[in-house]
Amino acid sequence: MELIFEISKPGRSTADVSASDVPIVNIDDVIGRQYLRNDLDLPEVAEIDLVRHYTNLSRRNFGVDLGFYPLGSCTMKYNPKINENVAALPGFTGLHPNASDEFAQGNLQLLYEMQKYLCGIFGMAEFTLQPAAGAHGELAGVMMIKKYFESKGQIRPTILIPDTAHGTNPASGALCGFDTITLRSNPEGGVDIEHLNSLMTEDVAGLMLTNPNTLGLFERNIEQVAQIVHSKGGLLYGDGANANAFLGKTRPGDLDFDVIQLNLHKTFATPHGGGGPGSGPVGVSEALVNYLPVPRIVKNESTYSWSANFPDTIGRVRAFYGNFNVIVKAYTYICSLGAEGLTRATEMAVLNANYIKEKLKPYYDLPYDRVCMHESVFSGNRQVAQSGVHTSDIAKRLIDFGYHPPTIYFPLIVPEAFMIEPTETESKETLDAFCDAMIAIAQEAKENPQRVKDAPLSTPVSRLDEVLAARKPDVCWKR
Amino acid sequence: MNYCPHTSDDIAQMQEAIGIGSIEELFADIPQKFRLKQMPDMPASLSEQETLGLMQAMSRKNIMPRVTLTGAGAYAHFIPAVVGHIVGRAEFYTAYTPYQAEISQGVLQAIYEYQAMIAHLTGTEIANASMYDGASALAEAAVLCAKTSNRSRIVVARSVHPQYRQVLQTYCWANGYTISEIPYVANGQLDVAAMQRALDDSVAAIVVQSPNFFGCIEDIAPMADAAHACGALLIAGFTDGTSLGILKPAGACDADFVVGEGQSFGNPLNYGGPYLGVFAAREKFLRRIPGRLAGATVDKNGKRGFVLTLQTREQHIRREKATSNICSNEALCALAAGVYLAALGKNLGKLAALNIYKTQYFKNKLLQLDGFKEVFSAPVYNEFALRCPNARAVNEKLRAEGMIGAYDLQKDYPELDNTLLFCATEMLSKDDMDHVVEIVK
Repeated sequence: MELIFEISKPGRSTADVSASDVPIVNIDDVIGRQYLRNDLDLPEVAEIDLVRHYTNLSRRNFGVDLGFYPLGSCTMKYNPKINENVAALPGFTGLHPNASDEFAQGNLQLLYEMQKYLCGIFGMAEFTLQPAAGAHGELAGVMMIKKYFESKGQIRPTILIPDTAHGTNPASGALCGFDTITLRSNPEGGVDIEHLNSLMTEDVAGLMLTNPNTLGLFERNIEQVAQIVHSKGGLLYGDGANANAFLGKTRPGDLDFDVIQLNLHKTFATPHGGGGPGSGPVGVSEALVNYLPVPRIVKNESTYSWSANFPDTIGRVRAFYGNFNVIVKAYTYICSLGAEGLTRATEMAVLNANYIKEKLKPYYDLPYDRVCMHESVFSGNRQVAQSGVHTSDIAKRLIDFGYHPPTIYFPLIVPEAFMIEPTETESKETLDAFCDAMIAIAQEAKENPQRVKDAPLSTPVSRLDEVLAARKPDVCWKR
Repeated sequence: MNYCPHTSDDIAQMQEAIGIGSIEELFADIPQKFRLKQMPDMPASLSEQETLGLMQAMSRKNIMPRVTLTGAGAYAHFIPAVVGHIVGRAEFYTAYTPYQAEISQGVLQAIYEYQAMIAHLTGTEIANASMYDGASALAEAAVLCAKTSNRSRIVVARSVHPQYRQVLQTYCWANGYTISEIPYVANGQLDVAAMQRALDDSVAAIVVQSPNFFGCIEDIAPMADAAHACGALLIAGFTDGTSLGILKPAGACDADFVVGEGQSFGNPLNYGGPYLGVFAAREKFLRRIPGRLAGATVDKNGKRGFVLTLQTREQHIRREKATSNICSNEALCALAAGVYLAALGKNLGKLAALNIYKTQYFKNKLLQLDGFKEVFSAPVYNEFALRCPNARAVNEKLRAEGMIGAYDLQKDYPELDNTLLFCATEMLSKDDMDHVVEIVK
């Protein structure tokens, strides 16, 4: 397809600008020639061509509304349309963030109640809604841990990260000035307790644990893990990326987590927008409440207001109050489902994941064969040994069957990993058809491996040369 | 509402296939003592109609202003209809990050095009696929400068947006970096002499904003020279992105990084978010910058296509050695920005000019009021500071008329008592401005 720049033609435009209803001034005089630019080389396209350009681009893109999207750890559930309509209400989109609190009582009530709902669902003392995405929430959470020790006058330079963790965990630790130490998993896929015992000292600020972990397995020894971390004065950080597995079944606060960050675009059904916006609320235990980012919402007798008057805060992690419009969608989701609907969603998500796991087990290696939570992790080892077909080939072949591939090559401790997260919004028929496709590909890998390696065969472009893209980077088109 | 399509028959068949007698068996790994009996303090579920009713009522508890006179980091602009229609396409908004390039060419190409438009607008060679917002983009640029130079001090202009400085402070504290603030001079621009005095070989970066928080346009080139002379880098922000339609961008004045808030490009005010952080830089920093990058390449038949590239900078590959922890960005907001900029084209310059006309009119009109005085004499884009007899009373009068008043600068600058920062975009009509002056009189 042509680039928008390639269909540009001088003299065309889509959006016009109103004639001035105030006197026109000489811009050279009021601004100064030296401060003005000489060139403005944006695309010049007529409205019909602009609409066709982007509409045709959209047709080259796969989303949940087009088909099954079992991208592990990303929780690509259906994004309800009512939430989009609600978020588009002018009362929510139109208000300036510097509006005084009197203008924004609806927004403030919504944010306040959202925090309360999240406290109830996750068993935490307080939440902040300021972080803009999950990794941003991680950063805020780790900052609060740092501040906690700083205020106690303790220097704890390191943080423990399991080998199954998302890459954002060690990166968030590092962006907060911590050294990270990798904690091993045991043969069951859980935390290696002995290793944890040996690493957990008074130099360690805490452990960043994803539970269920990225193998889709619930940490059976969670009580012991929390006890070991706390016994040395450390804090237990929970990565809530996999929260879709336990809503209504257990609460991180009850499991003794001190911090947990969420991803509203995963668990609470807000669309991911092709990469964002997300929203990354962070919940904390009583011990960390004073360190929450500012401003925070204060409920007065019958009104709500913002307050920055919390002297122990870590400060701000972004301007204004967070990805408000994303939070509106998640709030709408919570209100429309209620406790019952949220719990049902968890149950169906876990049922769907286990159903796929059982159906595919005969055809693909399953390194950790036990009941999984919301996702399961297979290995393509058998296919590699049989015919040299790799997980990446299987993933690309799935595209030809009309599916988005699972997450591949993650977690790192499983060779040739593929991580399947079906979510609760998929029907048995969809899962059956997907499993049939996976089984057909397993067969094809034996009989006609080249066909799998050539996949995808049905897309506008075939496999792309990523090495070339990195070796000779072209990230900004030039005329 | 219930979005699970499972019938009781489906559930029974699936349980049988798994070999369980009840759903509860699937949760056996959660120790019994931690099992939740009932989610506390939750409402009952609602129908779609009830949900809409509830949320409409909630949205009506907000007061929709007749006029908004504040900018200060977020700007009311007209959004052409095409923007909403494009970002409302489910192929875009229900997608995840484009990890699988062959079925994500739409997002990847749109982001590639966005990156090119941003690089051009900011006068740099490269731009990433977006950061969370202007403030976090600025903070990450500063951390990058310190990390890669092994220097630990950031010099920041006091005339940078106060909230951006707070975010910078948070990120710097977490990494053990210190911050020195540089004052402004009487005309509202940076105190270049004070900046010179603050510079030494411990300084990783100078952070400025142009237009600055007071609306004043800064002279960037000497700042870049001063930074480079001591081995530091220049990070230049901006306020309203539409200013780039007419003002010489910092990248053309030798800034190393140009970062700022991209909300003005086709994104609603949304009470502060989601917005998008614009992050642009000189080409030599390509392998060190944070965030996603869409890059052009070819497929095995030689056909042009796009991928996420230079991923070895990123957390999912490099983990603790990554250039940042960022994963999700603001892709859909960046798509809106790309569509907006393509829709405006050269008209972005006309729009910026219109903002200047409105601003000049509004400022001169307000200056006719008793006791209103211009605070800074440097040229401004679409914001300006005025000292008035009683700032609080002015905003109170406006509020009583359903208007969101100007930004009270005393909150962040104690020396600027009774000083209001007004903003005039194309959304303010002459009648609006005349009416404001009548109310305030």
